[in-house]
Amino acid sequence: MPAFALPFWFPRLRPPALPGRVLAGLGWLTTPLSPDDYLGLVDPLLSARHPAGVVTAVRPETADASTLVIRPGRGWAGYRSGQYVPVGAELDGAWHWRTYSLTSVPDAPGGDVTITIKADPRGKVSPYLVHRAPPGTVLRLGPAQGEFVLPDPPPARMLFVTAGSGITPVMGMLRTLAGRSGPAPDVVLLHSAPRPDACLFRAELAGLAARVPWLRLHLRYTRTAGRLTVGDIGALCPDRRAREIWACGPAGLLDVVREHLAWRNVAQERLHVESFRPAAPPAPAVGESGGRVRFGRSGVAAESPASVSLLETGESAGVPMPYGCRRGICFGCLVPLVDGRVRDLRTGGVHGEPGELIQTCVNGATGPLVLDV
Amino acid sequence: MTATVLPMTLVDRTEELGEELDRLRSEVIAMRGADDARYIRTVIAVQRGLEAGGRLALAVSLMPPAWCAGTAMLTVAKILENMELGHNVLHGQWDWMGDPAIHSTTWEWDFASPADAWKRTHNHLHHTYTNVVGRDRDLGYTILRMSPEQPWRPVHLLQPLYAALLAPVFEWGIALYDLEADSVVAGRKSVRSFLGEIANLGRKAVRQSAKDYVLFPLLAGPSALPCLLGNLTANGLRNIWAHTVIFCGHFPSDVRTFTEDDIDGESRGQWYLRQIQGSANFGGGFLLHVLSGNLGHQIEHHLFPDLPSNRYDEIAPRVRRLCGKYGVPYVTGPLWRQYLSMWGRVVRHALP
Ligand SMILES: Cc1cc2nc3c(=O)[nH]c(=O)nc-3n(C[C@H](O)[C@H](O)[C@H](O)COP(=O)(O)OP(=O)(O)OC[C@H]3O[C@@H](n4cnc5c(N)ncnc54)[C@H](O)[C@@H]3O)c2cc1C
Ligand code: FES
Repeated sequence: MPAFALPFWFPRLRPPALPGRVLAGLGWLTTPLSPDDYLGLVDPLLSARHPAGVVTAVRPETADASTLVIRPGRGWAGYRSGQYVPVGAELDGAWHWRTYSLTSVPDAPGGDVTITIKADPRGKVSPYLVHRAPPGTVLRLGPAQGEFVLPDPPPARMLFVTAGSGITPVMGMLRTLAGRSGPAPDVVLLHSAPRPDACLFRAELAGLAARVPWLRLHLRYTRTAGRLTVGDIGALCPDRRAREIWACGPAGLLDVVREHLAWRNVAQERLHVESFRPAAPPAPAVGESGGRVRFGRSGVAAESPASVSLLETGESAGVPMPYGCRRGICFGCLVPLVDGRVRDLRTGGVHGEPGELIQTCVNGATGPLVLDV
Repeated sequence: MTATVLPMTLVDRTEELGEELDRLRSEVIAMRGADDARYIRTVIAVQRGLEAGGRLALAVSLMPPAWCAGTAMLTVAKILENMELGHNVLHGQWDWMGDPAIHSTTWEWDFASPADAWKRTHNHLHHTYTNVVGRDRDLGYTILRMSPEQPWRPVHLLQPLYAALLAPVFEWGIALYDLEADSVVAGRKSVRSFLGEIANLGRKAVRQSAKDYVLFPLLAGPSALPCLLGNLTANGLRNIWAHTVIFCGHFPSDVRTFTEDDIDGESRGQWYLRQIQGSANFGGGFLLHVLSGNLGHQIEHHLFPDLPSNRYDEIAPRVRRLCGKYGVPYVTGPLWRQYLSMWGRVVRHALP
């Protein structure tokens, strides 16, 4: 088997804790299955091989956003404040994976986790989770991941710049800070939302800012006040150079933050960013061309330009391509490569062996190739 | 086998047939949904329930009724596991669900041959080169002579005997066959990957045998011996059944074989045509089809190996109508007749 990055949902062997060791022994009886495969039939939450969680409550936040409270099952390995979790939801028989930032406090009593989701009216999974998933729904959970996290211990001064649903990982961090005893860092939050009624966590943020001395909150309603500009950041947070910065939101907002820092010569190392949307792939180097992609099982072929992902090429050719995050994180888009090689649109690296599972969302064609889909 | 000579008009209309089959495939893909997911999960639950029940009953199998019930449950569980689950999941029929627990890349089955080795020889080689003499190793599994184009050797005189002896140990025969020792000799496969696969098979064989022939009997205490016998019976019956179903899929006497020249520059339509002509169905009710992994619909399976097996029954009449329309023979019959016909072929080609 050629080497490939294992999809996050690929069953992993867990370190044998005591019950683990018992289960490993039982594994000799259930082989080639694992005891988990039987436990998961009794209750999906019992399976550590395919970690799952059950929705225990759905709290509407705005007209098009809800918070899901999820009780994770046996396979859940915990998380750090600010991380996101791949969530699998079953829609019409098929599991769809999307990533959502955790808004709850790690190690909170009860162990429930929360995610807050804004419905994308044209999207597939988010409208379902926000409006239709009832309590009792079982979701699959990947392992929490991401480096957009609250450091431990946190730096003395922090600046958060967020917009829209980009507030979610920061909300998780603020809740974590608020739940701790002892001295808290000095925090400034610049958050933008279209209107007050569309602002996630508006009451909670205002309440927190009124209650604790360490949080300064600037809410900006872009419908009336316009979008945050490069100049605004300095005006609202004059000491931003003394702060470590976390930015999360649409590409436009992240550009503003980066531009501001470049302009003010603030070291980029002090900046942490998270984006919910795939960034545009880098332009292909001169002379690079795509190729003709044949979709073996579907029996269609299409020309794929160098800068276009195989996922997009397949979709526009009408091939039922699997996908998840569309940005190279979730491995929900894996398709076996039959022949040819592919180019990683993020790095430009050329790779691929026959039989290898290819992340079609972040790879393009280099010359003719055949995919088994 | 003498090839049925096809009327010239058919050759021209082969691509049309291919397009109609492509449309049929897209239709099923568009229909796949929650009902199919419920079906496969039900089969899984029933299979695991039967397996657990069978093991429990065999643990007290000193009592004859417990032995009978346990052996029966375990046999059915193993048959379901191999046929409707293992074979079909490993084909990727359920990959569209995106469920890591029911996925061709993660599934391992209760059969001696490791899933990876099986996927290579069965999904790739056999399904691509179906019934092409010299390319499809499944055509007689390298030990049986199933067509006049295969060279006769004196050892083939014994083939009715060893075909019959193969049945009760079919899983081990397939495991050895999947190692492709013949390809190593022919230089098509490296010694290194061959050794790696032997190691994989060894590891799996240890676990498989330990479970059925050591651990469960030991756990059964005073019932150890009947438990061991029950497990042996279940594995043996499952092997005989798998051997029967698989041999009836390609070896009844009306099934065509092909030469390498036939597939030179083969179009999609011609590929479909070869799959139809190279496979044979057998009829039966729902239960027979489930227990045979829907391979009674071998023709539909070979046309669309990655469509969910529960849909074959639904599309079979349409495939048959298409065959009628284009004048392509559609080989089908009751299981017993296909079985006798298969043996007839084994015996006939034992002779030069
Ligand atoms: C690290 C990370 C953290 C995240 N955290 C959160 C969070 O906390 N809260 C939150 O609400 N979201 C979060 N997201 C976003 C989330 O993962 C989903 O992307 C979002 O919910 C939309 O999913 P969807 O299934 O509704 O939309 P999708 O169906 O994935 O569609 C997304 C967009 O792509 C377009 N599209 C869909 N299919 C096609 C196609 N075939 N061709 C062209 N365009 C198409 C749609 O029109 C839509 O606008 C996060 C994302 C990342 C990467
Ligand atoms: S890695 Fe998530 S869709 Fe490609």
